[in-house]
Amino acid sequence: MLIPIRAAPRPSLRFWPVVQRNLLVWRKLAIPSIVGNIAEPLITLVAFGYGLGSLIGDVQGLPYIQFLASGSIAVSCVLAATFEALYSAYSRMQVQKTWDSIMNAPIALDDIVFAEMLWAAMKSLFSVAAIMLVLVALGISRAPTLIVALPVLGFVGITFASIALVFNALAQGYDFFTYYFTLVITPMTFLSGVYFPIEQMPDWLQAVAAALPLTAAVELVRPLVIGEWPADVARPMATLAAYAVGGYYVALVLTRRRFYR
Amino acid sequence: MRSSSPLLRVQGLGKRYGENAVVADLAFEIAAGECLGVIGPNGAGKTTTIRMCLGQVGPDTGTIEAFGLPIPARVREAKKRIGVVTQFDSLDPDFTCAKNLRVYGRYFGVPRATIAERVPRLLEFAALASKADARPGELSGGMRRRLSLARALVNDPDLLLLDEPTTGLDPQARHLMWERLKQLLQQGKSILLTTHFMDEAERLCDRLLVLDHGRKIAEGTPRGLIAAHLESDVVEVYGEGTRAAMQSHGALAERVETSGETVFFYLREPLPLLRELARQPGVRYLHRPANLEDLFLKLTGRQIRDDA
Repeated sequence: MLIPIRAAPRPSLRFWPVVQRNLLVWRKLAIPSIVGNIAEPLITLVAFGYGLGSLIGDVQGLPYIQFLASGSIAVSCVLAATFEALYSAYSRMQVQKTWDSIMNAPIALDDIVFAEMLWAAMKSLFSVAAIMLVLVALGISRAPTLIVALPVLGFVGITFASIALVFNALAQGYDFFTYYFTLVITPMTFLSGVYFPIEQMPDWLQAVAAALPLTAAVELVRPLVIGEWPADVARPMATLAAYAVGGYYVALVLTRRRFYR
Repeated sequence: MRSSSPLLRVQGLGKRYGENAVVADLAFEIAAGECLGVIGPNGAGKTTTIRMCLGQVGPDTGTIEAFGLPIPARVREAKKRIGVVTQFDSLDPDFTCAKNLRVYGRYFGVPRATIAERVPRLLEFAALASKADARPGELSGGMRRRLSLARALVNDPDLLLLDEPTTGLDPQARHLMWERLKQLLQQGKSILLTTHFMDEAERLCDRLLVLDHGRKIAEGTPRGLIAAHLESDVVEVYGEGTRAAMQSHGALAERVETSGETVFFYLREPLPLLRELARQPGVRYLHRPANLEDLFLKLTGRQIRDDA
């Protein structure tokens, strides 16, 4: 029999050539891609951080630009991973039939899904690393703990790539992804303490926010960016891990269903 | 790599989608060095059969063995020795021709040095040596199909599964593809080929499998199938007066079929009919030997399929 649709992931090292393939394509477009990835958050930082920040003053004892930068770096990570695992993965899966051609080689669908997840996370890390360089250059943060924030953001990338692959597996066209961005990702960025503290919201919304993976990401990343250690590591890590494992498993099952009808 | 056991052995294969049996009780084998053609109308189950052989669709019934390995259980090992050209191009648009081959070789775990040595030869074989640095988007349809074929050879497979490799090509491109496939057969490779072109099947295939509604309805050599199922000659009569011709001369043929304004007389003794037709001025007709297309239409009917 073929692999049962609901079976646990079957890991193998055959995923690596697929990651390499995506890396090779990206390498040719790396410079414009990185510039784009830096420009957008930079504009946000300048406009809101300096502009709005001068009106607001300190937030939770931090200059607003630091509060904003330490939160929005997590958003950049989420957007980069999500975009790659939606639009780009869908192009390879459905439009270019790249996945089909890879599956004619001794590489299984499980390997491809794992490779796409890992690749989207890697790509989010490239963006995050570039943004960190900007933060250092502008003097917004020069904390040594930035180094620790990098692998944490890699994990955030894994989590959001896994969730996005669920929607990739369900998509019948690119339009579908607009809903995911406008109905899921954008509201989440407003609820997760990126632009203002969660405590500003009513209790019931705070309860919702506490369950969101981006909230967990911000709780971990914000202190690391400003040079402190997170107050609580276990709970936000567990939240991210739950979304990553659950998201990846659902994405894998739905993708298998899509291919092995 | 020759042995008496078949490279591919399919027995009792069946696949249903809901109520619809796409493949039913299908059995066939491919011996080393053999070219097996699979012909059948759209929806006959050709592509599904190939996908089952590649472990991409799970059969409901039956067994598949490639190189003695059960599919899909050990498909990963089997695929190392299989090359595939799918019906639709799946070349990587972001890579040059040479890089398409190099990247594809890595999927098979072919060592870099081996790939580097193979790629120029494969481009040469595909008549694409001058296009090594071009991207697939810059190539003609025939070039893209040949690049797909070259890509299917990057792991030096023993068995090639080719799903309509010449569909959509012009005659020149098609003939070049046939030349290359004959070369591969001469090198001892085995080929499973699906096609809608009966002249292609006749030229390339040692044996043919005719599928309809997922079932095997005939199997044999191209010549043998024609001899077994058809009269030796066909006279086609066109244009006005065909209906009258059918009525007045029908008795001279063993079998008469019409399609639109054309009448097909199937017969073993063509001379009496040809004499009659020559006497009628203005009647256009063609006398030719029966071919695979006649066989195909006889076995699967002339009506257009819903999904055609």
